[in-house]
Amino acid sequence: MSSPGEGKDRPSPVRPSLFLERQSYRRRRLADAARLLPFLGAAMLALPLLWPDESEGAQALPLSSAIFYIFACWGVLILISVIFGIAARRMAARENAEPEAETWRR
Amino acid sequence: MATLNVLILVCLGYVVLLFGVAFAADRLAARGGGKWLRSPLIYTLSLSIYCTAWTFYGAVGNAARSGLEFVTIYLGPTLVMVSWWWGLRKLVRIGRSQRVTSIADLISSRYGKSNTLAVCVTILAVLGGTPYIALQLQSITLSFSIFAEADPTGLYREGSSVFWVAAGLAVFAILFGTRNLDANERHHGVVTAIALESVVKLFALLAVGVFVVWGVAGGLGPMMDQIDASEIGQWHVDAGRWTTFIFLSAAAFVCLPRMFQVMVVENDDESHLRTAAWAFPLYLLLMSLFVVPIAVVGLDLMPEGSNPDLFVLTVPLSQGNDWLAMLSFIGGFSSATSMVIVTAMALSTMVSNHVVMPIWLNTQEGTASVSGDVRTIVLMARRVSIAVIMALGYFYFQLSGGGAALTSIGLVAFAGISQILPALVGGLFWRGATRTGALVGLSVGFVLWIYTLLLPGMEGGIIPASVIEHGPFGWGWLRPQALFGIEGIDPMVHTVMWSLSLNTVAFCVVSMLSFPSPLERLQGAQFVNVFDHSVSARGWTGSVAQSEDLMIMTQRILGTIPAQEFFQAEAERQNGRPGRLPEPTPQFLERLERELSGSVGAATAHAMIGQIVGGASVSVEDLLAVADESAQMLEYSSQLEVKSTELSRTARQLREANAKLTQVSMQKDAFLSQVSHELRTPMTSIRAFSEILRDTEGLSADEQTRYSAIIHDEALRLTRLLDDLLDLSVLESGQVSLNMGDATLTEVLDRAVSSALAGGDRKLSVRRVRASERIPLHTDLDRLGQVFINLISNAQKYCDADDPALTISAHDVGGQVVIDFIDNGGGIPPEAQSMVFEKFARVGSDKAGGAGLGLAICREIMQRLGGEVAYLPGQGGAAFRVSLPLAYRQAAQ
Repeated sequence: MSSPGEGKDRPSPVRPSLFLERQSYRRRRLADAARLLPFLGAAMLALPLLWPDESEGAQALPLSSAIFYIFACWGVLILISVIFGIAARRMAARENAEPEAETWRR
Repeated sequence: MATLNVLILVCLGYVVLLFGVAFAADRLAARGGGKWLRSPLIYTLSLSIYCTAWTFYGAVGNAARSGLEFVTIYLGPTLVMVSWWWGLRKLVRIGRSQRVTSIADLISSRYGKSNTLAVCVTILAVLGGTPYIALQLQSITLSFSIFAEADPTGLYREGSSVFWVAAGLAVFAILFGTRNLDANERHHGVVTAIALESVVKLFALLAVGVFVVWGVAGGLGPMMDQIDASEIGQWHVDAGRWTTFIFLSAAAFVCLPRMFQVMVVENDDESHLRTAAWAFPLYLLLMSLFVVPIAVVGLDLMPEGSNPDLFVLTVPLSQGNDWLAMLSFIGGFSSATSMVIVTAMALSTMVSNHVVMPIWLNTQEGTASVSGDVRTIVLMARRVSIAVIMALGYFYFQLSGGGAALTSIGLVAFAGISQILPALVGGLFWRGATRTGALVGLSVGFVLWIYTLLLPGMEGGIIPASVIEHGPFGWGWLRPQALFGIEGIDPMVHTVMWSLSLNTVAFCVVSMLSFPSPLERLQGAQFVNVFDHSVSARGWTGSVAQSEDLMIMTQRILGTIPAQEFFQAEAERQNGRPGRLPEPTPQFLERLERELSGSVGAATAHAMIGQIVGGASVSVEDLLAVADESAQMLEYSSQLEVKSTELSRTARQLREANAKLTQVSMQKDAFLSQVSHELRTPMTSIRAFSEILRDTEGLSADEQTRYSAIIHDEALRLTRLLDDLLDLSVLESGQVSLNMGDATLTEVLDRAVSSALAGGDRKLSVRRVRASERIPLHTDLDRLGQVFINLISNAQKYCDADDPALTISAHDVGGQVVIDFIDNGGGIPPEAQSMVFEKFARVGSDKAGGAGLGLAICREIMQRLGGEVAYLPGQGGAAFRVSLPLAYRQAAQ
């Protein structure tokens, strides 16, 4: 609504360059990583479904190992989130510092 | 030994403490202090109302029954939290920009502020919340009963205790949750109290866990051995249940009204999500860290048949550790109360905004501006709603008999509330999602959930056993727990799979088939592209002066002072006159609607303003007007653009014309000076010799003749020069009339060669290839002959060979007659080649006395004739090429 048709049909006077500077590029890849994180988590948590189970007659995995695995996955997810949180905070700080924040949404 | 009385005293004391904390926090926030009240830590801790008494007690029970399966309901939210960047961030941003008051408000707001949808979501939320509240009642009652068993002196009756617990919680929730009207305002007091309760329950569970591992089992190593040796000591999960529960808990985490309340409505700052994204999963991890050890020790220590849901209490009690049991009880009590308070707050907001207020508005048709305080009505509606919701929970508890395991009741609630998920996610990410689609999808999921899970789960035979066995009317494929004849699926998985998948399918298909209303499309665009623009849809076209009515209505909802402040600020913004009422401009109405929606919800606020302003909502005309306006602006700007390009084009043309004029003027000056120079030379000699003839006495006849001859020659040269100049000016001005005639090239060349060679004093042999010259021409033959003569006489004059010869050859090149004149002399030096066609350009010394206009005239003539004459470099001598179009020849054939 804000500015109908702006920048859609005609090229804007300053054409954005095809490649981003290194920092913006890093930021975008970081956002990609944040998007992928839940999928990584889901994959890690789906893995236990492949483990041997007592119903199959095989030697079932002891519960303590399962607990270790699941809590380790959990810890890894939390750790990555912490790292991303710190990175996101820096990104936000830098975005506030430089007004060209528009370029970096998607 | 902790008696029941002590327990009740402790409970009351704890409640008083919570009140104190909430009261202090509210006071602190009101004074603008207490920055930590808005910290990410408080936000994270408030999120932990996800962990209810169900998770506090039930997780251990679940672990004792089915091993690690309990962890799924923590893993789902973890996944949601780590994907905050593209999920929750958007939800929170929308919630803040639209001043959303509840999940029902969000859904209704997204789908064109539809109250029908809001009512549907509200009913779903109430029905889904009821078992959940029943669950909290059950857990508190159970924990009381444990202490009652241990205290033979107490007079404890389960039935009455449930009632009193429910009543107590209702009072608690009313006192806590309905203190102020603006549901969109942050409830700092409640949130702080909840945060405190979160700390208490985590501490309690960790304390029991530490006691069990290091106090009972004797350390981490022995604990692990004991786990592996226990009856749940082997890895065993049902794949369907594992994935379903992770998904279900993730869905419920977003859709649960109480989670929405703390996560979106109470959110102070979007950046808190950044911290909560890791801190909340960490909280969940800590909450589940000791669940399996407690379950295993409980299974080991407690007698056969004791309720595993209460191991958290009974294990410390059996070890004689009363104070730990008390702490654990307080932990469970905390979980239950915080959940009930927030749920009641969220649900009562929904009920009052989407059910009570619309009904009230309908009964007062057209009189929203009549005096009377709406606020008391809204607050009363909320209080009554809380009481009714608690009563429903109580009756559900009585109906279900309180026998079912805690976890399964919780999952029933999860499955119910998750039916919102398709409409929610679709609304956030898909602009094509429509109101009808959302309604149909929700209804399908809702009906399936009731039919396949809620009703069969109730004991007391609401659905006869025969229907469960054989389906209604004996239709086997409609059996509640084996839809379409597919049997053998776990009932929970069965319900979740069928209800959510059919819900999604219905939502998508109907969305694609239906057409959204204008308001829906505006809202949809705003929700989906919330990061691009946070401007709201323009809906109102208030033209009539209804400011007073609006003022009265606003006073009744917001209260007198806030309403007056709001209106004054608006008036000041509009025209700098704070004393008057503001004009009802669309912008103002829009701001007012948003302000009101913070109190009574989007749909109600929309309807109330609609009653006063009239033209209830955005009509197609309004939309068209908006669209028209923007189209006009677009057109105007494009017109401006066209004009500006036109202007710049004109300016460019002007610049070019100016440059040309300057150039022409310079050329003219140069030409004039050249002409005067050319004229002066012969004139000087004429004057000089005529003076000699006039003034010198005794000139011999011979001398007189010589001088007269010189004067005559110079006069002739002047005449020739003037003729040439005249010729050139006629040619250049384009006023020459061509005298077209037909002849062959041979004839023209013959004439030209003979006349050129006739007057010349130098010998020049001309070589021609007559066979190639039989080309018919239709052109001005005299003018062409003039060009040829000029070229031949040039060769005659300037060829510096000892035995000058000129080769004339004619070709037919690419549709043109090309005649080359090549002599055997030294040619024209390269630096002069570009100059030979300029006026007064002469190569070398002026030995032949030409004016230097010949070739310039040739070029002009050839241009008139549609051909050209050019210098042909690299031919050995001076070479010129004359080309003429062949068009006539082709036509002649």
